[in-house]
Amino acid sequence: MWAYAARRILYAVPIAIGVTVVCFCLVFLAPGDPIQMLLPPDASQADLEYLKKLYGFDQPIPVQYVKWLMRAIGGDLGVSLQTSRPVLDEVSRALSNTVIISLGAVMLAFSLGFALGTTAAYFVGRPIDRVVTGVSVVGVSVPNYWLGIVLIIIFAVNLGLLPATGMGSQGSDHFRLSNWSQLKYAILPVITMSMVPLGIIMRNTRSAVAEVLAHDFVQTLRAKGLGELAVLRHAVRNALPQILAVMGLQFGYLVGGSILIETIFTWPGTGFLLSKAILTRDIPVLQGAILILALCFVATNLAVDLVQTAVDPRIKRA
Amino acid sequence: MADIMVGAGFQGTDEATAALKVRGYWQTVGYRLRYDYVTLFFTGMIVLIALGSIFAPLLAPFDPLKTSMAYRLKPIGFRQFLLGTDELGRDMLSRLIWGGRMSLLMGLTPVALATVLGGTLGVVAGFVGGRLNMLIMRTMDVFYAFPSVLLAVAVSGTMGGGMSNGLIALTLVFIPPLCRIAETATAQVRNLDFVEAARASGAGTGSIIRHHILGNVLAPVLIYASSLISVSILLAAGLSFLGLGVEPPTPDWGLMLSTLRQAIYVEPYVCALPGVAIFITSLSFNLVSDGLRQAMDVRV
Amino acid sequence: MGLELPITGAGASTSTPVRPLVEVKNLTVKFVNREATVQAVNGVSLEMAPGEVLCIIGESGSGKSVTMRALIRLLPKGRAAISGHMRVGDYDILSLSEREITEVRGSTISMIFQEPMTALDPVYTIGDQIAETVVRHEGCSQKVGMARALELLQVVKVPSAERRLTAYPHELSGGLRQRAMIALALSCRPSLLLADEPTTALDATVQIQVLILLRKLQKELGMGVIFVTHDLGVAAQIADKVAVMYAGRIVEYGSVRDVLLRPSHPYTIGMLASTVLGQTRDADIEAIPGSPPDLRRLPPGCSFAPRCRYADNECRSVVPAATAVAPGRLVRCFKAGSPPPGLLPGP
Repeated sequence: MWAYAARRILYAVPIAIGVTVVCFCLVFLAPGDPIQMLLPPDASQADLEYLKKLYGFDQPIPVQYVKWLMRAIGGDLGVSLQTSRPVLDEVSRALSNTVIISLGAVMLAFSLGFALGTTAAYFVGRPIDRVVTGVSVVGVSVPNYWLGIVLIIIFAVNLGLLPATGMGSQGSDHFRLSNWSQLKYAILPVITMSMVPLGIIMRNTRSAVAEVLAHDFVQTLRAKGLGELAVLRHAVRNALPQILAVMGLQFGYLVGGSILIETIFTWPGTGFLLSKAILTRDIPVLQGAILILALCFVATNLAVDLVQTAVDPRIKRA
Repeated sequence: MADIMVGAGFQGTDEATAALKVRGYWQTVGYRLRYDYVTLFFTGMIVLIALGSIFAPLLAPFDPLKTSMAYRLKPIGFRQFLLGTDELGRDMLSRLIWGGRMSLLMGLTPVALATVLGGTLGVVAGFVGGRLNMLIMRTMDVFYAFPSVLLAVAVSGTMGGGMSNGLIALTLVFIPPLCRIAETATAQVRNLDFVEAARASGAGTGSIIRHHILGNVLAPVLIYASSLISVSILLAAGLSFLGLGVEPPTPDWGLMLSTLRQAIYVEPYVCALPGVAIFITSLSFNLVSDGLRQAMDVRV
Repeated sequence: MGLELPITGAGASTSTPVRPLVEVKNLTVKFVNREATVQAVNGVSLEMAPGEVLCIIGESGSGKSVTMRALIRLLPKGRAAISGHMRVGDYDILSLSEREITEVRGSTISMIFQEPMTALDPVYTIGDQIAETVVRHEGCSQKVGMARALELLQVVKVPSAERRLTAYPHELSGGLRQRAMIALALSCRPSLLLADEPTTALDATVQIQVLILLRKLQKELGMGVIFVTHDLGVAAQIADKVAVMYAGRIVEYGSVRDVLLRPSHPYTIGMLASTVLGQTRDADIEAIPGSPPDLRRLPPGCSFAPRCRYADNECRSVVPAATAVAPGRLVRCFKAGSPPPGLLPGP
C-alpha cells in the first residue's frame, strides 16, 4: 500500500511539471510580444527593459521556463495588471470562495445522487428507474449557466426570495458560513453548480449498484436470510468506494470549471477572477489562476486515488 | 443477453441462455433501436434542428441582424415577432434558427477534428507501443490534468476571442480523452489472437491496422465521440457566453444568452429562450448517444 | 476444537418411518420473457428423509439448479413462474410470505454455491459475513456472532482460523473460501443444506477434501443435503439417493448403488457409458447422440425420445409416468420394466 502511494505520488510529479510547462507556454499563445502582456500599457521603456532582464526574456525559452518556475515555486506569480496586487494573493483569496460553493454543490449532489441512484438500481427498468435516469440525463445536458439565469429569474426576480448575485454586502469577498445573510447568497450558485455532478453521480451510482446486485454473492446474501434492505446495504458498501472517487473527481472539475457559474452569480471566486482577467486581458492573473487551479486538480485526483486505495479492501496495489 | 439478465442476481438460468435465438450483431443492434422510442424520437429532433439550421435563410421570417430601436425587448407573441425580440429589437425566432447553425458547427467541428487527430494518435500509440506510446500518452496525461472548462478557457482566453480560437481550444480539449480510448482499444486488440495470426501469416502493418484494428477500435471511439457532441455544444455556447467564442452580431445561442442576461428584469422569458435551444440540442445528442451505446453494447 | 453444534433430532432416522424432511409435488418452473417461455422444470416430485443425502445429477440445462433454487425461493421474482407444492420441515415454501421465507433461509434451509470465488461479499471479512448470519437469525450480539464464526471456521478445518476471521475473501484460496462458505451455511444449524455443485470449481485434491468434510459434517449434524452435480464420481462419493434429471424432469430415482450400478433409464445408461468411470482402459467412450431439447419447445412425449435408440411411437407422443420398478426406485420410461438385452452398456 505504502509503496503504491509513494509510486502514485511520484507519478504525479511529471504531470505537475507538464502542467507548469503548459501554463508557461500560455503566454506565447497570446497575440503580440509576451513582455507587453505582462506590463500595463502605459509602462515606460525603462520598465520594459528592467522586466526583460528580470524575467530573462533575452535568454533561450528553456532558461526562461526554469527561471519562471523557480519564481513560481517561491510564490511569485507576477503582479496583476489591474489591481497591481500579487497574483498569488488574488488567486488564493478567490480560491477559498470557489472551494466553498464547490464543496456545497458536490455534497448536495452526492447525497441526492447516491440515494436516487441506489433506488434506481434496485428497481431497474421500473418507472422510478426511468425517472432517475431521465433526471440524470437532464443534469448533464442542461447548460448550467442558463439554469443559473433561470433560477435567478424564478427566485430572485419573480419570488424575490433570494439574492440574485454577489456575496453579501457591497464589495464583500470574505465568506463566513455562520452568517445567514451571507449564506443565502451561496444557495443559488450551489444548486446550479450541483446539477452536472448530480447527473453524473446518479448515473454512476445506478450502474455501480446495479452491477453489484448482479453479482453472485448477492444470492449468498439472500440465501443466508438477509432482507432486501440488508442486501441493498451490502451492495451500497461495495459500490461506495467507486462513487466516492467519482465525487472527488467532480469536486475537482467544479473547482477548476467554476468560471461560468461564478460569472453569472458574480461570485468572487477563481472563476470570476478568470473571467475578469479575460475581459481585461490581465495575462499574469490568467496564467497564475490557471496554474493554481490545474495543480489543485492534479492534487485532487491524487488524493482521490490514494483514499480509494485505502478504503477499498479489494484493491491491493502493491 | 444482457437485456434480460441485468440486475437479476441470478445465475442459474443456463436453460434460458441456451434457449435464446442467435442473431447477428448488427441485426441485434437494429432490433434494439427499432424499439427504443426515446432514441428514435430524439434522433428525429436532431434531424429537425439540423434541417432548420441548413435551411435557415428560407425558414427565418426576418433578417436576424436587422435591429430596430422601436421594437426592443418585446415579449413572446408580440405582433409579428412569434418569440419576441432581443435587446436590439432583432427577431428572436429568426436569431434562434440562425443560431442553430453556429451552435451545431461549434458542437460538431471540434469533436470531428479531435476524433480524427486523437483517434490517430491513440491508434499509433497503441499499435507501436514502447517509447512513442510513452511520449504520446504522457503528453495526453498532462492535458488530462486540466478540467475541460479550464483548458478551453485557458487556451481561448489567452489567444483572445473569435470563433476559430474557440474551435482550436475545444478540439484541444477533446483530443486527450479520444486518444486514450483509441489507445486502450488498440492495445487490447493488438494482443488478441487473430491479430497475431494475421501477423504470422505475413500481413503487413498497414493491412493489419486497416482490417483488424480499425474495425474494433472505431466503434468505441465513435460512440465516445458521439457522447462528446453534447459536451462540445455546451462548452462552445459557454465560451460564447464568456465572450470567447462567436463575435457579435453573429447569432449564436451562447452569445444571445450572454447579451440578453442584462434584460432578465425586463423580459425574463425571452432571455431564457436561447438556453432552451441549447438544452434541447444537447439533451437530444446525449440521449441518442446513450441509445446508440446501449444498442451497440459498447462500454467506454 | 470441539464441535459445539448440537446434533438435531433428525439423526435418529434409521428405523422408524419418519415424515420426510422434504416433499416436492409436481413442481414446475417457467421463465417468461417477451421473446419466449422457457420450461425449466416440468413436474418434479421428490421426497427426502431427514439426514439423507440426495444427489441430483444432470447436465447443464436439465433444471437441477432451478429446482434447488425454487426450494429456497431464490428465483427472480416476476420472471420465474413457480407452481406445485413444496414442503421443507414444517414450512410450506410457496405459501410463506417474503418476510417468513427470509427467516427460513439461512436457518432451516441454507445453501452453498458453485463459485467460491464470487459467492462471498468481497468487502466484508469472512468473520463479519458469518457473524451477520448468526446475528440475523439468533438475534445475538456481534461479539457472540464472531465467537461462533471462529468456532465454525474451526469446525470446517480452516487452518489458523483466528487470522482467517479477519481476512477478506480474496485473501483466501478457493478451497478455503469454499470451507468458509460451508461454515456460513452451517452457522445456524440448518436441517436442510442445498449444495449447488460446490466442488466443481475446485482442484481435484481440494475437491475430495471438501467432499469428505461435507459428508462428515452432514453425518455429525444429521442434516439433509440436496447436492446438485453433473459429476457422477462426486455423486458416488457423497450420495445416499440419486435423482437423475433430464429436460426438467426426474427420469430416474433410487439409491446410489442401484442407479449407478444398475441404471434402467436409457439416458442414465448413456450418461454412465459416456464417463471414464469404471470403464476398461481401451474401451471407446460413448457419447449420447444429439443434444438436449430446446426448453422453449419440448417434444410432446418423453423428452429423451429424440436421442433414444429404443424410442417408439408411444415414447414420442406420451410422457411416461414415473413408475416404481422396485421398492424406492422410480423410472420414467416405457421400456424400463423389461429392459431389452441390448440396453445395458456393452463391453
